[in-house]
Amino acid sequence: MISRRLVGDYLVPAATLAGVLVAWEAATHALRVPRFVMPAPSAILAEGWDWRYRFLGHAWVTLYETLGGFALSIVVGVPLAVLIVYSPTLKNALYPLIVLAQSVPKIAIAPVLLLVLGHGEIPKVIVAFLVAFFPVVVDTATGLAATPPELLDLSRSYRASAFKTFLKVRLPMAMPFFFAGAKVAITLSVIGAVVGEFVGSDKGLGYVILSATSYWKTELAFSSMILLSVMAIVLFGAVALVERLVCPWLAPTGEE
Amino acid sequence: MIRLDGVTKTYRTRRGDLVRAVEDVTLHVEENEFVTLVGPSGCGKSTLLKLVAGLTPATHGAIRVRDTAVSEPFPDVGFVFQQPVLLPWRSVLDNVLFSVEMLGQQPRQYRKQAADLLELTGLGGFETKYPRELSGGMQQRVAICRALLPDPSLLLMDEPFGALDAMTREEMSLELLRIWEERRKTILFVTHSIPEAILLADRVVVMTPRPGRIARILEVGLPRPRTIESEFDPRFKAASDEVRGLIFARRVPAR
Repeated sequence: MISRRLVGDYLVPAATLAGVLVAWEAATHALRVPRFVMPAPSAILAEGWDWRYRFLGHAWVTLYETLGGFALSIVVGVPLAVLIVYSPTLKNALYPLIVLAQSVPKIAIAPVLLLVLGHGEIPKVIVAFLVAFFPVVVDTATGLAATPPELLDLSRSYRASAFKTFLKVRLPMAMPFFFAGAKVAITLSVIGAVVGEFVGSDKGLGYVILSATSYWKTELAFSSMILLSVMAIVLFGAVALVERLVCPWLAPTGEE
Repeated sequence: MIRLDGVTKTYRTRRGDLVRAVEDVTLHVEENEFVTLVGPSGCGKSTLLKLVAGLTPATHGAIRVRDTAVSEPFPDVGFVFQQPVLLPWRSVLDNVLFSVEMLGQQPRQYRKQAADLLELTGLGGFETKYPRELSGGMQQRVAICRALLPDPSLLLMDEPFGALDAMTREEMSLELLRIWEERRKTILFVTHSIPEAILLADRVVVMTPRPGRIARILEVGLPRPRTIESEFDPRFKAASDEVRGLIFARRVPAR
């Protein structure tokens, strides 16, 4: 049984990926595709390896911007969600603004933000935050509002304070929702940071991709993209891991 | 112990309409009495429990518990709902301790009592499980333990077995009676089920559809302790026929 799951979960996807890479490699050679149109995987890998030390610095900048934006989306998003759930007036006041902020294309705001805030990492952190905060607010608010009314009645019948009820009932109840939002937010943060770098920067993986394409160095652009994807996957996995640690009751029970 | 005198409760719906949930209810419940409220859906039975618990104020009339007017929640009450509404992140034991914790007590001092209660309800050995690892009936037992832990003198139960299958339901009714024989409390128990209402109660309060009024209060003369056999007693049949008659006679609108 275990070996069968191993085959299904790991071997089949790994073999598929390997097959795609081999076909890709073969096709670029057989069809003589120019390397600036579609480089072979081996060329991408070689270029990435050449760049390994320089990548470190750029990846660090992008990581820093991403994490900054993500942290900000939580620090701002969670209290916003609390305010929305607890005050109908604030909900009416804030919700349209939040939806408006979400509807404006972030790529359109990015140049303005950079104009106002200048260069450096801070404007990219802000762009990442703007892209990422919406799911945090909406999901956390949904979670906070999802507490069964009976539990609220129960707390009230025990004369527990609103704060105690929040801490012991509503907040933990909202945790799975919050993490659903946070998982979306972390991947959006990566996008936000790269968008910020596209608009104007001299550091970061977004900058590397942009400058590589303008010099027809497609291999370099591809290897940066792969590095970015790996970063996004690792960050997503980290959030999922924290979720597992914070909400152990959500973990599958195992064999019946 | 509980005195409801001419209690009326009017709600305003979201659309602004006034709905009368409970009308002119007068009911006196004795200490340690087991009273069931039975009636069709939407007859304000649940509202009545909330009124007694002080969770919502009455529009008219007076509610007194132990000669004190009820104007806000008071701690001597245990609540059990149709859904167990346990906290999924807490173990069974910590779920039972939730009540004393919310009451502002030290949960540590109640661990032994909580474990005893779980033992009493047949949940010994499940202390460290998560709620979702339990069946619906077991979860509801945990909810009952949670309500019993602070040892309230009044237990309000809102269709507590309504979400369970018929077999579990009957088992739980008898178990509740067993617990009640052991630890006497005043119980106000809302149900849809006529047999359940009669099997459990000293008195059955039959309510009319919205607005909920008391159609009749029936004394159940069946001897205690009651068992499955009680349902074969001719008095059981007579009582259930009477309740059924009261409920279905009113199905035809008077107006």
